[in-house]
Order: sequence, then structure tokens, then C-alpha cells
Amino acid sequence: MNLEAVKVIYRFEMLRTWNTLMQSVASPVISTSLYFIVFGAAIGSRIQEIDGVSYGAFIVPGLIMLSLLTQSISNASFGIFFPRFTGTIYEVLSAPVSPFEIVLGYVGAAATKSLIIGLIILATAGLFVPLRVEHPLWMMVFLLLTCISFSLFGFIIGIWATNFEKLQLIPLLIITPLVFLGGSFYSISMLPPAWQTVTLFNPVVYLISGFRWSFYGISDVGVGVSVMMIVLFLSACLALVWWMFRTGYRLKQ
Amino acid sequence: MQPVIEVKDLCKTYQDGLKALDCITLDVHRGEILALLGPNGAGKTTLISIICGIVSPTSGSVTVDGRDIITDYRFTRQMIGLVPQELTLGTFDLVRNTVCFSRGLFGKRSNPAYVDDLLRDLSLLNKKDQEVRTLSGGMKRRVLIAKALAHEPRVLFLDEPTAGVDVELRKDMWDIVRRLRESGVTIILTTHYIEEAEEIADRVGVINRGRLLLVEEKHMLMRKLGKKRLTVQLKEPIARIPESLSSYDLDLAADGSEIILTYDIRSSRTRITALLQDIKNAGMTLKDLNTSQSSLEEIFVSLVKEEA
Ligand SMILES: Nc1ncnc2c1ncn2[C@@H]1O[C@H](COP(=O)(O)OP(=O)(O)OP(=O)(O)O)[C@@H](O)[C@H]1O
Ligand SMILES: [Mg+2]
Repeated sequence: MNLEAVKVIYRFEMLRTWNTLMQSVASPVISTSLYFIVFGAAIGSRIQEIDGVSYGAFIVPGLIMLSLLTQSISNASFGIFFPRFTGTIYEVLSAPVSPFEIVLGYVGAAATKSLIIGLIILATAGLFVPLRVEHPLWMMVFLLLTCISFSLFGFIIGIWATNFEKLQLIPLLIITPLVFLGGSFYSISMLPPAWQTVTLFNPVVYLISGFRWSFYGISDVGVGVSVMMIVLFLSACLALVWWMFRTGYRLKQ
Repeated sequence: MQPVIEVKDLCKTYQDGLKALDCITLDVHRGEILALLGPNGAGKTTLISIICGIVSPTSGSVTVDGRDIITDYRFTRQMIGLVPQELTLGTFDLVRNTVCFSRGLFGKRSNPAYVDDLLRDLSLLNKKDQEVRTLSGGMKRRVLIAKALAHEPRVLFLDEPTAGVDVELRKDMWDIVRRLRESGVTIILTTHYIEEAEEIADRVGVINRGRLLLVEEKHMLMRKLGKKRLTVQLKEPIARIPESLSSYDLDLAADGSEIILTYDIRSSRTRITALLQDIKNAGMTLKDLNTSQSSLEEIFVSLVKEEA
């Protein structure tokens, strides 16, 4: 195992984050604060409690997930797309590193970054609403699994994308709707029964439901199912990455 | 001694169906400087990219130090350093960081003293904290060389190292190349400039349209394929070559005061003695004689033309 390589890739990616720290952290923090002001304070005050949780507090897990998902995807996809775009990827391809080490370096750094952002948002949320975390260990598990699997997903997009438009496409076109329709701002049980069924095909529902359960002990679907779904998604991403490196897909001619 | 790189029957067809390499077989000797010559699109970069692991071969095999580049990639790649043809550098990276990055990527523990020495050798030490994008093109090429040497490779590929490089830097570069060779590093470089190959290489390979036309010791090549010219200067200019000399391959030059004989070094009979005798018989008086050998340039052009 070429640990030095993993180390330098990881460090290099983190350094890139560090140099753009303000952008990296400021934008999710500001947008989340706006959500709290609008939904939590302004509108939320007129919405009744959901399952005994005030509306402002209810949306915290969903908001964190929203940032986590978009951040993981954009960090990881950019991290690998940029060297492909500038051509510096040649060095990684010609180095004695295995695909696993490459993924560990790039995805590890992206996941770390979104984990940090997730925790900062959590702290920010604490300024607006009283927070309560019933299962802190599970909260960390969900947080970690989400960061890792969606960073991996972002990595896949970064290899798949052939231009900057495509790089933006998936997060904009798929992830944002899935998160908004995934119960970030409401409980699935508030929907008409037919839509409840449709919603169950949205993988993000399981993420948010499980994550919310770790906070307040309430969930739309079983916690076990949530964990299973994340692990399933993670496995699918791993398989796809494995295939990409095996075939040299868009990396090697 | 076992060659440091053995390329066997290597073919590469790109996805669009273009056959970039057509059954290349080539041995690179330990410690030599091998120059690969070839026109644009000949396949030089493709060949190098396959050996370095950037492009997958379609068929054939490559070994480095006796080990296969695919099954034993960890071993073969740490032996190799590559300076790519294009100036590909992360724009916002600092000079020193990017060199340290390369070293780590190739599995070597960080060694700031070594990196500093390297930067000093390449006259980059005073730029080490500068962003790469603020450097000039020639400086960027030096950074690429530093990156390629960061992990102390035993084999160095230089893909057109002198493209867009001024005389000064070119001289520096050849100094570095010679020093590396002295320390036992094998160097493979590609170039369009024949003078370069002539100046620095031990052996020269000529590639055209994906085929290796020849690989030869530089001196052997020039001797084997070179034409020689014998220039005979006459005391009195002549209007045209006399009938009695029509059996020779002669040209008249310098307003009739020079007769030039072109002959092949490969042929056993150059007929020089006979010619001189015949010139004397024709009543002309010699002033001076000299011979000259064709340059690699001429050899190269004639080879590539023959192929076409
Ligand atoms: N990624 C690619 N996809 C398709 N064709 C390619 C690719 N890279 C190179 N080629 C083609 O393969 C052939 C050989 O290209 P290569 O870059 O190896 O030539 P070269 O000898 O390095 O030329 P130059 O002196 O211009 O650098 C060319 O016809 C080129 O168009
Ligand atoms: Mg080339």
C-alpha cells in the first residue's frame, strides 16, 4: 500500500479547501441560516409541532442533509474533474498507486470536508433552535456514511463529466429535487397516501428519516431500513468506481 | 546486460480506430540516452504514455527492469519519471508543494533537503514559494522536470523537452541530462530536432506512422546510412563536366570551380581513386579536397520519405 500517496493526495485536497475556506464554509452556513430565518422563525412559528418537535427543530436534520449531499458531491466531483480538465491527472495515472488509494485520497478529503461543514451547520442551527440529539452515536454514523457515500457518488460524476455543465447537471437536476421532496421540510406522513408510496422510491427519504430519528427519535421509515439503504447506495457507488478503474473509463485511453 | 526497458510487439489502436502504434519492438539499454525522432503524429507520445501507464496498450507487452508494466505496475512506475509534452500544471499550486506532491505520490517519504537541491539544480529555488501560474513557460518546464525527478527515478522520459525553450534553458537542460546519465539514469527523449539527437543521444530511433523504422547507435547510423560528399576544388573553373567523367555521380558547384562527388559509405567501391585519376587525365589541376558527411537531418528526411 502506497500510504505516502494517499497522504499527499489527501493533504493536497485539504489544502485546496483551506485556501478557499471562506467560500467552502460561508456559503452553506449562510444559506442554512437563511432557511432557519425563513422557515424556522418566520413561517415555522405559525406551523404546529410535528410529532412533538417544533418546526424549526424538525427541519434541522433535513437542512444538514441538504448541505451534506450537495457539498459532498460538488467537492468530490470537482476534486477529480479539475485534474482531468487541466491534464495534471497524467501524474496520478503514471504513479504507483492503486485505484483504491486514489479513491481513498480524493474521496476521503471530500468526505472530511463535508463532515466539517455538516458539524458547523449543526452548530449554527443550535444558535437558532434548541437542539436535542437522542442518539449521538447514530447521528455520527449517519453523518459519516452519508459523507462517504455521496463523496463517492461525486467522484463518479467527476469522472463521468466531460465538461463543466455536466458537472453541475446532476446536483442541480437530481439531487436538489430529491432532497426537497425527501422530507427535509415535512414528514412523509403529511402527504396524501398515494404520494407517500411514490416518495418511498426516493432514496434521500431514508437518509433524512434515519438522520432525524437520531435527533428526535421520530422517523418516517424504520431505522434499520434507512441504514440498509445507505449501505446499499454506498455499495453501488463502490461497484461503479471499481468498474470505472477496471475499464479505464474516461481516465485512460 | 538486460535492457532496462523491453517493448515487444506493442500496438495501440485508439477508440476512434486510429492505429497509433503498429507492432513496436524496442530495447532500451541501461544508462543510455535514447532519442526518438519522428514527425508530428508519429506515435512518440503514445509509446511513452503506454510505458508510463497513462494509456492502455491494445496488444503487446512492456517490461521495465524485467517486470511487466501492468501486473507489476507498482515496481515499474516508481522507477520511471515523466516530463510530459504539454505544460500541465495545477495553476494555483506553489512550486515547492507541487514537487513534494509528486514525490509523495510515487511513494517516497518527504525529503525537503532533496527537493531543495533539486530546485537549486534547476534554478528554481528562488521561486519555490511562487504560484506555478506566475512562472514563464520555460520555468514551468523546469518545474515539470523537478516533478519528474522528485522521486529519484532510474528512468526518465522527456517528451519534447525543448519545445518552446530558449537557448539558455536548452543548454541547462542538456547539462542536467548529462549529469543524470552520469549517475546511471536512463534517458529517453523525443524531439523533432535532429541536431538535438545528434548532440546528446547515444542511440537514435526513428518513428513514423506508428512504426519504428530503425534504432541505431548514432555514429553507426550516420556511417551506415550517411552519404558522403567529396568536394574537389579546381585551380581553373570549368564550364561543364567533361564527357570522360560522365560515369560518376557528379555535380558542378561554385561557378564551375568545384566538382562534388556523392558516394555511399556502405558501398565497398567509392571510386575516389579512379575519379582523381580521371580528373588528372582530363587535364584539370586540383587545388584542394575535402569530404563531408550527411547530418542526421538528411538521413531522417530520406528515411521518412522512403516510407511514404
Ligand atoms: N487520445 C487520443 N485519441 C485518439 N487519437 C489519438 C489520441 N492521442 C493521440 N492520437 C493520435 O495518435 C497518433 C499519434 O499521436 P502521438 O501523440 O503519439 O504522436 P507524436 O509522435 O507524439 O506527435 P507530436 O510530435 O506531434 O507530439 C496521432 O495521429 C494522434 O492524432
Ligand atoms: Mg508527442
